[in-house]
Amino acid sequence: MDFTININNKSLVASRGETILEVMNRNGIRVPTLCHIKNALPTGACRMCVVEDNKTGKLITSCSFPAEPGMSILTHSPRVVESRKTIIELLLSNHPDDCLYCVRNKNCELQDLSSELHVTERRIRGIKNKANLDLSSASIIRDPEKCILCGRCVYVCEEVMGVACIDFINRGNKSIIGTAFHQGLNTSSCINCGQCIMVCPTGALTEKNHFAQIQEALSNPAKRVVVQYAPSITVSMAEELGMEPGVDINGILNAALRKVGFDHIFDSSFSADLTIMEESAELIHRVQNGGVLPMITSCCPGWVKYAEEFAPDFIPNLSSCKSPQQMMGAIIKSHFAEQENLKPEEIYSVSIMPCTAKKFEAQREEMTREGISDVDAVLTTRELARFLKLFGVDMFNIKPELVDSPLGFRSTAGKLFGASGGVMEAAIRTAYRTLTGKEMVEFQVPALRGFEGRKETKINIDGLELGVAVVNGMTNAKKLLDEIRSGKNDVHFIEIMACPGGCIGGGGQHIGTSDEQLRARMQTLYRIDETERIKVSHKNPEIVDLYKEFLGEPLGHKSHELLHTHYHQREVVK
Amino acid sequence: MTLVQHVLHKYPAVGRDNLIPILQEIQTAEGYLSKKSILEVGRYLDIPASKIFGVATFYNQFRFEPFGVNHVQVCRGTACHVLGSSTVLQELEKHLKVKAGQTTRDGQFSIEVVACIGACGLAPVICVNGEFHAKVTAQSIKEIVDSYKTKGE
Repeated sequence: MDFTININNKSLVASRGETILEVMNRNGIRVPTLCHIKNALPTGACRMCVVEDNKTGKLITSCSFPAEPGMSILTHSPRVVESRKTIIELLLSNHPDDCLYCVRNKNCELQDLSSELHVTERRIRGIKNKANLDLSSASIIRDPEKCILCGRCVYVCEEVMGVACIDFINRGNKSIIGTAFHQGLNTSSCINCGQCIMVCPTGALTEKNHFAQIQEALSNPAKRVVVQYAPSITVSMAEELGMEPGVDINGILNAALRKVGFDHIFDSSFSADLTIMEESAELIHRVQNGGVLPMITSCCPGWVKYAEEFAPDFIPNLSSCKSPQQMMGAIIKSHFAEQENLKPEEIYSVSIMPCTAKKFEAQREEMTREGISDVDAVLTTRELARFLKLFGVDMFNIKPELVDSPLGFRSTAGKLFGASGGVMEAAIRTAYRTLTGKEMVEFQVPALRGFEGRKETKINIDGLELGVAVVNGMTNAKKLLDEIRSGKNDVHFIEIMACPGGCIGGGGQHIGTSDEQLRARMQTLYRIDETERIKVSHKNPEIVDLYKEFLGEPLGHKSHELLHTHYHQREVVK
Repeated sequence: MTLVQHVLHKYPAVGRDNLIPILQEIQTAEGYLSKKSILEVGRYLDIPASKIFGVATFYNQFRFEPFGVNHVQVCRGTACHVLGSSTVLQELEKHLKVKAGQTTRDGQFSIEVVACIGACGLAPVICVNGEFHAKVTAQSIKEIVDSYKTKGE
């Protein structure tokens, strides 16, 4: 049922159940918000979105107040603006004034609002927050001093990720956001997905940075420094650089990384192809030999840790394949080292990932051989942008270059790993070929594309009906796992990605990514798949060569040693 | 059957709304909420540990450390406040090197802040192991506490 309400002396149509904020957003009226998260139940905690109700003379929070017929609202009356300004001044009163030293400088919502509301002097002096940094996690640093208690991290951690390792602790002016028993994040159930960083308006949550180690390696003549970048990086870095969303910066990125001084540049989409070779073989092996089904992908380190903590009963279902990052790492420090006459310890292996959990994965015990990690340092997309700036690389005046070969060429199937559903699609293409000896007529599986939290379909491979499901967001995964526990048996292969939309929406991506930007990234990935020629992993010539020269066959002895692993139940505070 | 299990046994209908009564019963039985019991309650009610810790720290009534051998209650009611109980508390915290709500590492002393123990005429007043001490000052508090230390030995 529609009715009209009056906002800033203009009649606007609203429908029942809509909040005032929704009506305003639809009509291009912008009021600032801090604690608000789209599509989430409003908390009304920060009170930035207050508007004046002309009839009652009250200030009401537009994010939580439903529009009512005949309402008359002022969004920027002097009272409202003054009230918002005071809120910001109060938030700043106990905030550490170290913007110049903050990672989020120039990309901070508190800073933006303070400038927007013309906070130019310190009217309110409060006692500064005092709290210790939590440096315990391999991926995420928590700085409670910078926290403004908006609660957005608490929301995503519980509602989107189903993890809930942080919550509001204590009461009133002693409130902080923290873990149970004030322990470090490393002993909590945190899966390192980094979605909390993505929603944090300030620098209270940031990723653990490896710049110093990488710079040291780059300037060490005894080290060969190699780098790999994930499939989603080239299509999701544009926003960090000030380019059009969704632009594929592939060639430019190669050139930029060479300028910085990396000796070899590899593409993780190549090792994604490798993952597909192993994973599809594993799937077929399980189906034909009565192995544990459904098989679940293990590319996503967030999901793997979730499984170890919350779903240990599904560990036998996890594919034993390492993720593309770790497969590449293992190949670099074995085959590549051999070819270049290097010892593994002479190589410093960097990876660029859209993900904070990859930092955790890289230092896992399972990903180490004889005390040497396969991947030494991980940079997120946004860290890479800062790293390139540090080296003065002008991304707008640079000639595209090719990636190094071998270990650089990729099929478009490997590239699809960047989007939710991509791993599944790529695996189906190769499994089909292995089982039937023929290529698929139509490579695309539209039912597995798009942003829905859960996508399911049936694939018919020469009479063998394979049920497949793709989920992103751990709460969606939890639902599916619960259904399987209670008897759902029509799925054989599941792809699980922790982050909404898959890696293009990962916790290491540009902060402030909008839905449109995400869509643009996904479209670019699918456009690459449409326009390029080699669309299946098993036709990647470098993959074919790698098996011929080194690995032998999928699931063979060498593969087993280098590319597969096993996971175990993990005891954490949960 | 552990004590926590015994308490949980009384709440067969599992629901979030039972959380606070359960925590209260455990605290009554054990004197405080241990990490172990919080985790056990969490598993039983299917609530993450961070949530339970969040709820429990919201209320003053819950403690997370066992009582010391000597339990010191410092009254922070109005009459005591007016007569300087806040300095008394500060001195006590400094002397024992723990904050209110905590227990010293040797397990000898714990401090608790209470709202009013109904002895306003004796303000500022503290209560150690049920014994009242009247008109406490920042100086005398140390002697009072230390006298219990020797008793313990």
